[in-house]
Amino acid sequence: MSAVMITRKVRKWEKLPGKNTFCCDGRVMMARQKGVFYLTLFLIVGTCALFFAFECPYLAVHLSPTIPVFAALLFLFVLAMLLRTSFSDPGVLPRALPEEASFIEMEIEAANGNVPAGQRPPPRIRNVEINNQIVKLKYCYTCKIFRPPRASHCSICDNCVDRFDHHCPWVGNCVGKRNYRYFYLFTLSLSLLTIYIFTFNIVHVVMRSVDNGFLNTLKETPGTVLEVLVCFFTLWSVVGLTGFHTYLISLNQTTNEDIKGSWSGKNRVQNPYSHKNMIKNCCEVLCGPTYPSVLDRRGLMQLSPVSEFSANDTDASPCSSSTDSSNSSKTLPSTKRAILCLHKPRPPPIRNNPTSDDLKASITDTAHTSPAHSQAEESSAAKTPPLATPETDAEASVAKSH
Amino acid sequence: MICHFHNLQELRHSASLANKVFIQRDYSEGTTCKFQTKFPIELESRIERTLFEDTVKTLNNFYAEAEKIGGQSYLEGCLACTTAYLIFLCIETRYEKVLKKIANYIQEQNEKIYAPRGLVITDPIERGMRVIEISIYEDRGSCGSSSGSSSVSGSTAR
Repeated sequence: MSAVMITRKVRKWEKLPGKNTFCCDGRVMMARQKGVFYLTLFLIVGTCALFFAFECPYLAVHLSPTIPVFAALLFLFVLAMLLRTSFSDPGVLPRALPEEASFIEMEIEAANGNVPAGQRPPPRIRNVEINNQIVKLKYCYTCKIFRPPRASHCSICDNCVDRFDHHCPWVGNCVGKRNYRYFYLFTLSLSLLTIYIFTFNIVHVVMRSVDNGFLNTLKETPGTVLEVLVCFFTLWSVVGLTGFHTYLISLNQTTNEDIKGSWSGKNRVQNPYSHKNMIKNCCEVLCGPTYPSVLDRRGLMQLSPVSEFSANDTDASPCSSSTDSSNSSKTLPSTKRAILCLHKPRPPPIRNNPTSDDLKASITDTAHTSPAHSQAEESSAAKTPPLATPETDAEASVAKSH
Repeated sequence: MICHFHNLQELRHSASLANKVFIQRDYSEGTTCKFQTKFPIELESRIERTLFEDTVKTLNNFYAEAEKIGGQSYLEGCLACTTAYLIFLCIETRYEKVLKKIANYIQEQNEKIYAPRGLVITDPIERGMRVIEISIYEDRGSCGSSSGSSSVSGSTAR
């Protein structure tokens, strides 16, 4: 039987592990559940549309034309911050490649020494001293790395995120190092927008009622009632959230650390990341450098699966990941290349002609699936679940309980 | 016995990967990007300690420059905020500029110092800024040492 080789170039985002969805060919990165994000978008756009339709014409004429102008600018800023928070990479740490993972395993085993049979090996923790404080780095069984300080594994997105704050369903993404400032600016500007619309709704109703009467005003501008309701309930939650995050920023803490009580002061543990100066802390978080994404989502990689016809599945074709800086040599023996490229284990898909190799089948299957978006969904859906450990369970409860 | 190669291309064609060493991050000063300058044992026979330390120290300096919080970063941050960060669609951030400098530096180091000694440094950004990966190559022909001794082959169970 002759083997038919299908060499295909894919973008790296299509093969990224984790439960993210990607859009616009890898430019946009979000969590899988986006329903609440659409609700957020609908509420903001809907309320502002009602404001521009009902209140603004009256206020522009009777008070000042700058009112709708400022509202429009604020609305655009809120939208820009929301989309920036939702669509950007929060600071996901890529999983360790097999060589790095086994190097770390070797180091752990060397450090543990000989564990007597029947005894559980000690927990995988590395102690580092940061600014005279001992910080414990935990090992992530899913990503096979020792998490950097302040990083945490989000079980909803199934990624380790650097400076993990929390997973926000309202923005449909994790909030981490790279998008925290956009998230904060979003909550701040949304608070301002809500207060602005609420205030001018009241002003408008009062001014119009003086001329026409209260009930007539409500009949003429029915949108007002809806806006006031939305704004009233949004106000308490969003303003409260902004206040909470302002507090966290002034102390240079993350929501995750606050919930876990990492730096609560018991056992004389202080926050080693704080500059002990509120202004400095604020400046670092809000005006610090803009960190680049370490996930090369739009880089190209080659995938050449062996055809379904060949019975022997050991000769997986060599593939090499080509990046922009391809100066570092990636010449590896073929088995190692196969491991590197096809290292995602998948359960066997149900099909009419069962093949001997799961990976072959799923790759040729994805080659036939037309929308790339569902490819990402499918490939990330058909994954073996991460090892259940006490750590990941704790992360799950923390991530969900904000 | 140190195998000598003249350039990266020669390395690619006539050598096989023997081992990989991972230089870990140094978190003693916080979460800023800094790598340990501890000299790994595996490289003892391959490269001089001072050259290795120079490379890592220069990389650390580059990262410190990129992550420096001072006048320029505040200006960049405030300016970008006023444009709702849309300005980043047009201009490059300071960090990205420094990353390009780092990529050039690593390529230059590979060509001049590391490839002639059968080593290749991988840019840390390709490993999530977690490690500096140094690949050790052995010449397939003359040096004749096996590539099976590495930890690479043991990672098949997933």
